[in-house]
Amino acid sequence: MDFTINVNNKEFNAAQGETILEVLNRNGIKVPTLCHLKNSMPTGACRMCVVEDVNTGKLITSCSFPANPGMQIKTHSQRVVESRKTIIELLLSNHPDDCLYCVRNKNCELQDLSEEHHVRERRIRGRKNSEKLDLSSASIVRDPEKCVLCGRCVTVCEDVMGVACIDILNRGNKSVVGTSFNQGLNTSSCINCGQCIMVCPTGALTEKNHFAEIQDALNNPAKKVVIQYAPSISVSMAEELGMESGKDINGILNAALRKVGFDNVFDSSFSADLTIMEESAELVQRITEGGVLPMITSCCPGWVKYAEEFYSELIPNLSSCKSPQQMLGAIIKSYFAEKENLQPEEIYSVAIMPCTAKKFEAQREEMTQAGISDVDAVLTTRELTKFLKLYGIDMFNISPELTDSPMGFRSTAGKLFGASGGVMEAAIRTAHFSITGKELVNFQIPQIRGLEHRKEAKLKIGDLELGVVVVNGMANARELLDEIKNGRKDIHFVEVMACPGGCIGGGGQHIGTSEEELKARMKALYRIDENETLKVSHKNPEIIELYNNYLGKPLGHKSHSLLHTKYKKREVMI
Amino acid sequence: MGEIKNIFNRYPEAGRDNLIPILQDIQTAEGHLSKESIVKVGSFLNMPSSKIFGVATFYNQFRFQPVGKYHVQVCRGTACHVLGSATVLQEIEKQLKVKAGDTTRDGLFSIEVVACIGACGLAPVISINGEFYAKVTSTSLAEIIETYKTTEEE
Repeated sequence: MDFTINVNNKEFNAAQGETILEVLNRNGIKVPTLCHLKNSMPTGACRMCVVEDVNTGKLITSCSFPANPGMQIKTHSQRVVESRKTIIELLLSNHPDDCLYCVRNKNCELQDLSEEHHVRERRIRGRKNSEKLDLSSASIVRDPEKCVLCGRCVTVCEDVMGVACIDILNRGNKSVVGTSFNQGLNTSSCINCGQCIMVCPTGALTEKNHFAEIQDALNNPAKKVVIQYAPSISVSMAEELGMESGKDINGILNAALRKVGFDNVFDSSFSADLTIMEESAELVQRITEGGVLPMITSCCPGWVKYAEEFYSELIPNLSSCKSPQQMLGAIIKSYFAEKENLQPEEIYSVAIMPCTAKKFEAQREEMTQAGISDVDAVLTTRELTKFLKLYGIDMFNISPELTDSPMGFRSTAGKLFGASGGVMEAAIRTAHFSITGKELVNFQIPQIRGLEHRKEAKLKIGDLELGVVVVNGMANARELLDEIKNGRKDIHFVEVMACPGGCIGGGGQHIGTSEEELKARMKALYRIDENETLKVSHKNPEIIELYNNYLGKPLGHKSHSLLHTKYKKREVMI
Repeated sequence: MGEIKNIFNRYPEAGRDNLIPILQDIQTAEGHLSKESIVKVGSFLNMPSSKIFGVATFYNQFRFQPVGKYHVQVCRGTACHVLGSATVLQEIEKQLKVKAGDTTRDGLFSIEVVACIGACGLAPVISINGEFYAKVTSTSLAEIIETYKTTEEE
């Protein structure tokens, strides 16, 4: 600590280069913020965080102003509080008054700020924003009328995701957030990751909702309605439900979904095991037969679209495997349909995903068989909570149940898919077995675990030294992809997850997820892996049965037509 | 499009700070900034097109549609404003059925708002392809536009 600053007549330690806000937060003084985003350059756009500098008599933005020796700060003087309130009143002056109908009702930062500052009347009347809803994207709905121009979505899209499909357009009171030429999001390079939704303080950005279709299907006696949920869901719903972070609610979730009326409850971790069977076989084939290396995972639909747009030269490196969601979707409408004596169109297949890009993936042309989508509707974690409330399910008073069999049983390897590094770890376990014929002595691979943006390791498998890299957050992935493009040769296998931390940090998760909560979710997945005995995909009895009864062998003819696909360069406004 | 290449050649060590001069050069050469040219600038400067569009829309000088055969400039300077240029602009937009910055579908007319054309004595004033029309009113506007339309029909 280099010096002290005086805040509200108390001395606080501060370091050179620290902002006033950082000093305040460290000492438990809460200053409201709106445009502020941790780990990003401050913009000072909203001015909510103003504090009074007693020496100069000025109001300064604490998020962007560096702490200086001898500074005297008032954080809640009358002037400061009044100016903050005025800012909120101005933001509300052109905001639509439809909180009751807004998807972010009771979960809105603007609402909270207005309540905290005792805004009890409309003092300033402005002309209401009138902008069109952007419904063009399969995943994300933009409502510019509710936008307060904080610019967080723009920052996340560029700095964290490396996409930058949106920016602030025009000037002054005509400013809006939009894509180039202010066209629909679907024509832009948006990868549907939903990280913009995660940071949006209001209802300006939300996921595209499919409740009506799902309810129609549930009410249609001619439809068999089945549901699958992603590996990360059971450990990342706790915050939404008001439980302790990282709590695994797997059994409760099964019971709740049956209560809603889903005929069968499947686990995408099962198809994660299936993905591992196909993907590890593909990896071994590429290594032994001299295929394109490094092989890059293709489970993440955000990353796949990113590759199609920005790195089309690396498409041959993408694994041809569909994602677990799509694999299970395809198996449900073929194997399961045959078993149940149903036509594929008689099944309505729903997936619960931590992800908004999965909504896009589900409606991709590549993900169909004879014109029928493998997966019909996708719900995010957030939407699932709302859906369960709609059906009056009390998640605190419900006895756990098991998933349906087959296609509900999983290894812990499949469950690990939820965290960055999990796909890699699961694939290595199975690849080790298929190359050496022996199981790993130590299943855990600590070098590729954790929340770091990039994890590299050299792993010994028999005589082979396997170079592996795990990246999460597309902007971080970009650096690695450039290295590969520029001829880096020591890597065999790469796992890319678009969202920071992998699916546990996905764009469909609880809004306001903190880093501690992310860690708790990751730990929960590792705990499951530690405590259970079936740790490898290739020993999952239901997987073995599926291959024996239906698929034949990994990369076989049937696998190929159901579980694999091809991608090509996508033309968008980059 | 060969022209854009020539423009790029003028900026051998271009970076983001050359964006505005490049956009100005393109607009001078092509009359407007098209989607194609913005994407080209993006790959030349290694910038996302959304950022370029964001910068370009910040400034009044850039337009994104080709100008019409008859380019209507509406003065919104102080003197014209006092004498009702806001209504003049509204009236032109109504009569041509396009907003300022846009071009009519037949490509005949385009509207541009300018800060002051230095003819305050003639306020409110508009200029069509450099020809000035003084002290315009709703009625005189209709007549002026009609004249251009008839010339075109003949």
